[in-house]
Amino acid sequence: MEKAIKKYWPIFVLPTLTAFIIGFIVPFAEGLYLSFCKFTTVNKATWVGLGNYVRAFADNTFKYSFWFTAAFAVVATILINILAFAVALLLTRKLKGSHFFRTVFFMPNLIGGIVLGYIWQILLNSLLSLLGRPLLALDAAAGYWGLIILMCWQQIGYMMIIYIAGLQSVPDELLEAATVDGASPWKALWKVRIPMVMPSITICLFLTVTNSFKLFDQNLALTGGEPAHSSEMLALNIYNTFYSRAGAQWKGIGQAKAVIFFLLVVIISLLQLRATRSKEVQQ
Amino acid sequence: MTKRSIRANRIWSVVLTIVSLAYMYPVFMILMNSLKIETAITTNSAFKLPNSDTFAGVDNFVNAISSKGFLQSFGYSAFITVSSVLLILLCTSMLAWYITRVKNFFTKSIYYLCIFSMVVPFQMVMFTLVSTADSLGLTNPWNICVIYLGFGAGLAVFMFAGFMKSVPLEIEEAAMIDGCNPLQTYFKIIFPMLRPTMISVGILEAMWVWNDFLLPYLVLDRTKYMTIPMLIQYFRGSYGRVEMGPMMASIMLTIFPIVIVYLFSQKYIIKGVTAGAVKG
Repeated sequence: MEKAIKKYWPIFVLPTLTAFIIGFIVPFAEGLYLSFCKFTTVNKATWVGLGNYVRAFADNTFKYSFWFTAAFAVVATILINILAFAVALLLTRKLKGSHFFRTVFFMPNLIGGIVLGYIWQILLNSLLSLLGRPLLALDAAAGYWGLIILMCWQQIGYMMIIYIAGLQSVPDELLEAATVDGASPWKALWKVRIPMVMPSITICLFLTVTNSFKLFDQNLALTGGEPAHSSEMLALNIYNTFYSRAGAQWKGIGQAKAVIFFLLVVIISLLQLRATRSKEVQQ
Repeated sequence: MTKRSIRANRIWSVVLTIVSLAYMYPVFMILMNSLKIETAITTNSAFKLPNSDTFAGVDNFVNAISSKGFLQSFGYSAFITVSSVLLILLCTSMLAWYITRVKNFFTKSIYYLCIFSMVVPFQMVMFTLVSTADSLGLTNPWNICVIYLGFGAGLAVFMFAGFMKSVPLEIEEAAMIDGCNPLQTYFKIIFPMLRPTMISVGILEAMWVWNDFLLPYLVLDRTKYMTIPMLIQYFRGSYGRVEMGPMMASIMLTIFPIVIVYLFSQKYIIKGVTAGAVKG
């Protein structure tokens, strides 16, 4: 059978493989190579070795955007997960209208980042001007918290769904046994339910961290990095290095930053893989 | 259930109702303002409901639809989404079947490369992808689906391959012995079985392509073609007086189809979206 299928490889493999080479493999390999070059177009590149990486690390806006992104990721991850878990706990209590609540909380997830960013820009700017405070584009702190609020609004519903699935798989007998043994609901939560949903918690934590690190559309639409790049996250910083800085050297530096960014995301993903694997062993 | 917990549940229901209403407020606010006349949409009056002086009816919606290339962009977005998703579903499911049935170094490498591509952030390939697309002429809405197939293949192949590992070989073998060639076996036997996975993958990829901004923004010839997210961003970025009314109406018009599709196929969407997360 394997032999018969093998003969048909041009039909089964070739279309996707060709597109994959065009859309991923070639751009990735070229990108890796160009991070060691000075270039303005792909064909006009001169080798400069590690120069781009040295300059990328020396670029203060890059360092700033890294710390801004990290601070954003930590706060967003904590807030989103606590709130999503709390909502999931409530919605698994067989409340009236659970279905409706679930529908509402999940919905923002389906709206694209650009549209979301613009909606919140209008809302937050109106609110800020009502309070007599500077607008989003003028106040870095407002931009930071605006991004956090937006991210919570978008992601809570998604994480809530994963937590609900996790909580529903905890057997009722286990909770009943805990109650019979005299555990308070609070203790049952910490000693029975949370340990049982650890796999869901791991998934959600990593999803929120990677989503926060890769955030681009929302950042562009909500603040655009204003004021003066002080609400600029990593992805937007790389984009701006490529497309809005004058000078022949910046494209190479941008590509070097992109490789650093890529390695950062890979490290986070590998940590996730290890964390989920070790949890699987315990169960 | 005890009396106390019934009462507690009632209180929680009330609290959650209030929270859900607040949750919908941002969208409601845009809707409210999209029904106002231009002069009434200022940062100071953004929270006020339209009254008889400021109510504009559906004028803004008519304006949005009739101008600024809205319908055109909507059409491009719809075409790109549908063509890309269909292409992805067909091609990647075929590849996934091949690589789960034919085991050698070549198919294994493809599989791991696909998984690897899921981790790579778009910024890494952004610049070089654009130049590759340019040199091959893949810069219009009719063939950008090739780029989407290439860049979106990872997740789809991963999810299809995961499902196919659980499909028993015997069914296929029986079909082959009865005289089906691999192509017939695939379309008559495997393809129908893939339905649930197809729905999940289709929803995930459709949401990604429909909402995607940066890829079409960089790849497409911007002077000729704009997708919906590009149009919204273009509105925002254009200096001078932005007409807020039609702008808000455009936002509403892009949200409506999503909400309607969501309400009718909620079960599949939630299942599809979480399947991608839990496996990934």
